[in-house]
Amino acid sequence: MIRQEIPAPREDEMTVADPQGLANAETFPALLIANARERGQRPASREKEFGIWQSWTWQEVHDEARALALGLVALGMQPGDRMAIIGSNRPRLYWSIVACQMAGGVPVPVYQDAVAEEMAFILDHCEARFALAEDQEQVDKVLSIQERLPTITHILYEDPRGLRNYDHSTLHDYAEVQKLGRAAEAEQGPAMDARIARMQGSDTCVMLYTSGTTGKPKGVVLSHDNILITARAAAEFDGLTEQDSMLAYLPLAWVGDFIFSMGQAYVCGFCVACPESADTMHADLRELGPTYFFAPPRIFESLLTMVTIRMEDAGAIKRWLFARFMAHAKAMEAKRRAGSPLTGWENFLTRLGEILVYGPLKNVLGMTRVRVAYTAGEAIGPDLFAFYRSIGVPMKQLYGQTEASVFITQHPDDAVDPETVGVPTPGVEIQIREGGEVFYRSPGVFVEYYKNPAGTRETKDEEGWVATGDAGFFDERTGQLRILDRAKDVGKLADGKLFAPKYLENKLKFFPNILEAVVFGHERDRCMAMVNIDLSAVGNWAERNNIAYGSYQELSQHPRVLEMIEEHVRDTNRSLAEDPMLSHCQIARFLVLHKELDADDGELTRTRKVRRRFISEKFEDLVTALYSDMGEITTETEVTYEDGRKGAIRATLKIRDAETFPPAHARPTADRAA
Amino acid sequence: MNHPVAEAAKDDSTYAAEEEARGLAPHRVGEVVMEVRNITLRFGGVTAIRDISFDIREGEIRAIIGPNGAGKSSMLNVINGFYHPQEGEIWFRGARRRGMRPHQIARQGIARTFQNIALFKGMTTLDNIMTGRLTKMKRGLVWQALWAGPAEAEEIRHREAVEKIIDFLEIQHIRKTPVGRLPYGLQKRVELGRALAAEPKLLLLDEPMAGMNVEEKEDMCRFILDVNDEFGTTIVLIEHDMGVVMDIADRVVVLDYGAKIADGTPDEVRTNQNVIDAYLGVPHE
Repeated sequence: MIRQEIPAPREDEMTVADPQGLANAETFPALLIANARERGQRPASREKEFGIWQSWTWQEVHDEARALALGLVALGMQPGDRMAIIGSNRPRLYWSIVACQMAGGVPVPVYQDAVAEEMAFILDHCEARFALAEDQEQVDKVLSIQERLPTITHILYEDPRGLRNYDHSTLHDYAEVQKLGRAAEAEQGPAMDARIARMQGSDTCVMLYTSGTTGKPKGVVLSHDNILITARAAAEFDGLTEQDSMLAYLPLAWVGDFIFSMGQAYVCGFCVACPESADTMHADLRELGPTYFFAPPRIFESLLTMVTIRMEDAGAIKRWLFARFMAHAKAMEAKRRAGSPLTGWENFLTRLGEILVYGPLKNVLGMTRVRVAYTAGEAIGPDLFAFYRSIGVPMKQLYGQTEASVFITQHPDDAVDPETVGVPTPGVEIQIREGGEVFYRSPGVFVEYYKNPAGTRETKDEEGWVATGDAGFFDERTGQLRILDRAKDVGKLADGKLFAPKYLENKLKFFPNILEAVVFGHERDRCMAMVNIDLSAVGNWAERNNIAYGSYQELSQHPRVLEMIEEHVRDTNRSLAEDPMLSHCQIARFLVLHKELDADDGELTRTRKVRRRFISEKFEDLVTALYSDMGEITTETEVTYEDGRKGAIRATLKIRDAETFPPAHARPTADRAA
Repeated sequence: MNHPVAEAAKDDSTYAAEEEARGLAPHRVGEVVMEVRNITLRFGGVTAIRDISFDIREGEIRAIIGPNGAGKSSMLNVINGFYHPQEGEIWFRGARRRGMRPHQIARQGIARTFQNIALFKGMTTLDNIMTGRLTKMKRGLVWQALWAGPAEAEEIRHREAVEKIIDFLEIQHIRKTPVGRLPYGLQKRVELGRALAAEPKLLLLDEPMAGMNVEEKEDMCRFILDVNDEFGTTIVLIEHDMGVVMDIADRVVVLDYGAKIADGTPDEVRTNQNVIDAYLGVPHE
């Protein structure tokens, strides 16, 4: 192992502007060197292997990365060469990112679950010369597309299992490359030190391909400045330090993982742990008890579902305690949000609850020590949000994009509102332009889309403002940003008032009994909804209430199911009435669909997004009926079976009126909002 | 596999030559480790196996196939010492075996899995695999019960070996789960893990892929090949799925009604008329 001597800075250098110091280092390689020098013995990476947590200090990470970097140079890596990194969250893959930068290359993390076709596009588009694949599975994938990738010259792999008998003329074991690098230290080391010293913040740091819901993925080029300035600003905002820790379990190729597990970890010097395998994430989370945690809403939801299911199996006393204290927690959370102080008795109950319920619950979830928890990516249900906050997990939302190096807005600790996404991260400017679209400008704004100047110009104007494609506004009550919908989906009612269908649909979908919802209202006088029941939730409910049904269709039209959905729509309307911007969007009438919306029938995209226009054409008779005063309608719908055959189902659907509420904000305030 | 070299494996000799040209050690099959000579096994009046002979070479994957009731599992039980044939000899590593009990055979380095999974349902994956280390435990009951000093050190050593197997089979997420709660495919994998824990020289697998879906089968194939490749373990395998057998086996024995009807490489067996008749049936005159 090389113990590269890192020169200690002279004292006068330490004081003001040490260009190689932690606070000023402009690039990842410089930061790694600074971390190895200043907190060399603190843990930097952890991974559970053979059932035991293994850890590496910053000094060790530096040595490992340096050996790999020299090995890459020895293999012939030239400045600017792209290296694709394909695999799950493994410390060695994270080290390879910075090693690639040290060698002068540009790392391109690729989603490991990408199919060969998708991978071929990315590797070809970025003209990768090197590829680092985690294991045999990924190596096979790269080899299968190698013929189409003339630029690839070397493939590295981390896990040698099953690869022994492969052709090793272009294939290299990670450890062997490191060995090669250690041998080349004397020869190549000084040149590399000089190159690292020459690197600037404006140099390309990483290329991340956005998954792109439309068309081909785009390669977002981010500089060291983009990542590090943003990471520093956001870390300062939340007061992250080297004492923090996190679990890296989200895809390496996702910008969020890059900014948390690389950017903020290097800036703050905290330790990033990798799970033993993708399936052990929950167990690992519990063992580690990280202080910094990020998860998209669906993960928080699956954790809550797990708790709920286990509680249903628990004994009567436990169930009673859980119900009693969760009700208390919910009431207290509402009180705290309203800003009223708790009484002595309430305080006592809260403390008792912490011992009996909240504490053990957080322990099971692995969130005992969580200090900063974020969710982002999609709208999160207010109940879900309130659940975590009420048991003492300080959950917040952030709003971000790959093009912004993630952070655009985030919640401050003391002003968290589930409806908003927070205030601009320090250094970010936000404009709401014509049509309500949100624009931002920040130090994190991407350099360009790789080999796509037209796309770059379309997204980023000359002054550096970037279109988010989302419609939103600053909430009057809190001054925080609220995101409504994709800008292109936002419409207007007949009277010209704002209509945000996805926002309404999400509100409906937060009820577990509602699987999908489609809301109509663009250029109409009122809003109407079509609802899909969730068969597992409603079916379960029907079983418990002795409601017999023969089919999905029958269940969907059962009077008690309709009553239940009507109640949900009423609750939705009640909360909409509170909203100064959207109180006019209350749902007037609704029906429950007789079939599940399905991607095979073209009603949903493959990622389960509602195709509103297609649905309004396909179910035109239903939409017409909703906007008439009919009480029921008989319809026939074409369906496609799994094997591609087509059939038709006929049904009579009830249409119900939903109760609406007068807007809570009287005329004068509503005017201001408009 | 899409690997160019692997594709060449259609023709074994070209494959080996090509690999040698690239400076690699091709997969070599060594000398005979076990020889089965003229085995006949009867249960009362029923003859399960009639006069069967074949050999197993070091480092190969040897498949035994045949229609239902052909005597495949009985053959495996004979090899593993569970049944004692009325006639015939078994030679293992140059010595003739006589009247051994299954546990003695296990000590010789032969491990197996079962067609109908024989795990301890109430115990965790970890404990189940740990039981596979039984033949390697040196300390006696008293030390084990005290679980101190040398017994503890030994336990740690065995736990390490077990953890390596858990990692190898990618079952970390079910380490602490009672196996009774696991789906079928995973139970099969745990059973393979327990067999591997004994560090066998010869591994007998009784229908390792029965009842699995395509994905689980592919995983299992990969594990079997990896075991063979990484540890050099000789594997004897009974399997129904012809596709699987033809893909991974080096040599195949075909049984029908207790008798051997073919023996050779997958390609030879595939074109053998007796085998085709046994599987597809023959028209009766």
